[in-house]
Amino acid sequence: MNAEPVEMLLNMGPQHPSTHGVFRMVLWVDGEKIVDVEPHIGYLHRGSEKLCEGEQYHQIITLFDRMDYVANFNNELVYCQAVEKLMGLAVPERAEYVRVILCELNRIASHLLYVGTIGLDAGAMTPTMFAFRGRERIQSLFEAISGARMMHNYFRIGGVKEDLPDNFEQMISDLLPQLKEDVEESDRILTFNEIFLIRLKDVGGISAEEAIDFGFTGPCLRGCGVEYDVRKAQPYSVYDRFDFDIPVGLDGDCWDRHWVRIQEMYESLKIIEQALQQIPGGEVVSSLGRRLIRPPAGEVYVRAENPRGELGVHLISNGTDRPYRLKVRPPSFCNLSAIKRLLAESWIADSVVILGSLDIVLGEVDR
Amino acid sequence: MAANRHAAHDAEAEPEQPDYSVLTDTGLKTLEDAENLFSDFSPERGLLFDLPQITVDASGIEQVCRLAKTEPSLDLKMLHCLSCVDYEEHFQLVYFLHSLDREQMLVIKTNVPYENPVLPSVAGVWAAAEWYEREASDLFGVTFEGNPDSSPLLLYEGFGGHPGRKSYPFYEYREF
Repeated sequence: MNAEPVEMLLNMGPQHPSTHGVFRMVLWVDGEKIVDVEPHIGYLHRGSEKLCEGEQYHQIITLFDRMDYVANFNNELVYCQAVEKLMGLAVPERAEYVRVILCELNRIASHLLYVGTIGLDAGAMTPTMFAFRGRERIQSLFEAISGARMMHNYFRIGGVKEDLPDNFEQMISDLLPQLKEDVEESDRILTFNEIFLIRLKDVGGISAEEAIDFGFTGPCLRGCGVEYDVRKAQPYSVYDRFDFDIPVGLDGDCWDRHWVRIQEMYESLKIIEQALQQIPGGEVVSSLGRRLIRPPAGEVYVRAENPRGELGVHLISNGTDRPYRLKVRPPSFCNLSAIKRLLAESWIADSVVILGSLDIVLGEVDR
Repeated sequence: MAANRHAAHDAEAEPEQPDYSVLTDTGLKTLEDAENLFSDFSPERGLLFDLPQITVDASGIEQVCRLAKTEPSLDLKMLHCLSCVDYEEHFQLVYFLHSLDREQMLVIKTNVPYENPVLPSVAGVWAAAEWYEREASDLFGVTFEGNPDSSPLLLYEGFGGHPGRKSYPFYEYREF
């Protein structure tokens, strides 16, 4: 008996556990095959960019925490750097090291969250528990330093809020070996698991040219074989003082993106170890940064390597105590914009894994 | 600086002669190449802090972007960011282009009038432009002719007004 092909409409989200937040996809399917996709974003749109125009420069740091809410320190860093660049403000060396250590820890925490969720997306429950245990350890350290597990509000224009706690050395020397174990565990349990390989290898592939065309950055771009990392290409903060590698994938499929993230965690651990050896003493915030901030009129564009890719900030000042315009270029926004291309001609079951491998955070997609 | 501290910032109020010595050799070469290549579209050179910047006519933006992407001397394969700014008399679209191989950025700016903000879409040049343009038309009401999808991206269907604009009621604040 011959069945007529019938196109069906399948709605995924906005409250679907695999959409990593509030994201809705309308899939046109022919059997199990996806014919077309219509992504709907904007459920978390809070008008952050417009909000920034009404806040003083110091108050905006908290808004950046709430954009990419699993990589808060990295987000705060980009904003602070944009204002510092416009003002020509020098940051004390100790503060730069504190920032780098926290940003790299945050990168590991963010990638661990990814490892947990990609496991869930591929149907493995256990790695999630392991990954979240590692992430919890990092967050406990963050809480001891900044007072908050997630919305830290710790970086300041011209440095950081206050010096590290007295027992920081003890805490981090306890944490690092554990963290290394956690990363290795996540790596062992998933990366070369046979079922995981079948689910991710040769799924959701994209060529380097197309990836650049869609504005891919971060692990998604490096998974395609493009060796590009802002920390190496345009070193900011003190990243030029560390020795680390850029992991690069081959085929640009889901597994390559996964592998790049796993390797990045090892590289981050290397950076943290070097930073802990090099960290000098002294002030942690420039005295200018404590005052009411009025950058001179002008425009600046700053970008930095976040766990999800390059976060860009286009800041326009008119010389007052509030920015005239602040445009954020979120990495997830560009990575997600290719979802139509990635899902075309794939299977419904793969759509969940492909979306998971992009590692989006809807807070920064919608702003 | 103190005198114009409270003056509204405007692209035209920039210093007459920017200091191009902040540019690297590649940056200066990119600026010169771009100026020659875009000569049909009345280019004006400038600086965006430490990035080379070219201002062109809105009508030619698509050809300019296509040239910027395909010309080997520029090789700006990535649209890094598209930012829309409301200067109350006009809108300014700021295209941040990036060349990964040459590790160089170029900023292309174009102005559109406030009353009738229409300009050609560059979605055919970079795939990334589609969502950026839809975002700008949501928040600022700028129309991009030729964008394959004109439905709202961040706002819901039927949302009134353009919340990115300075004129959109938000909340009152005063400077002190």
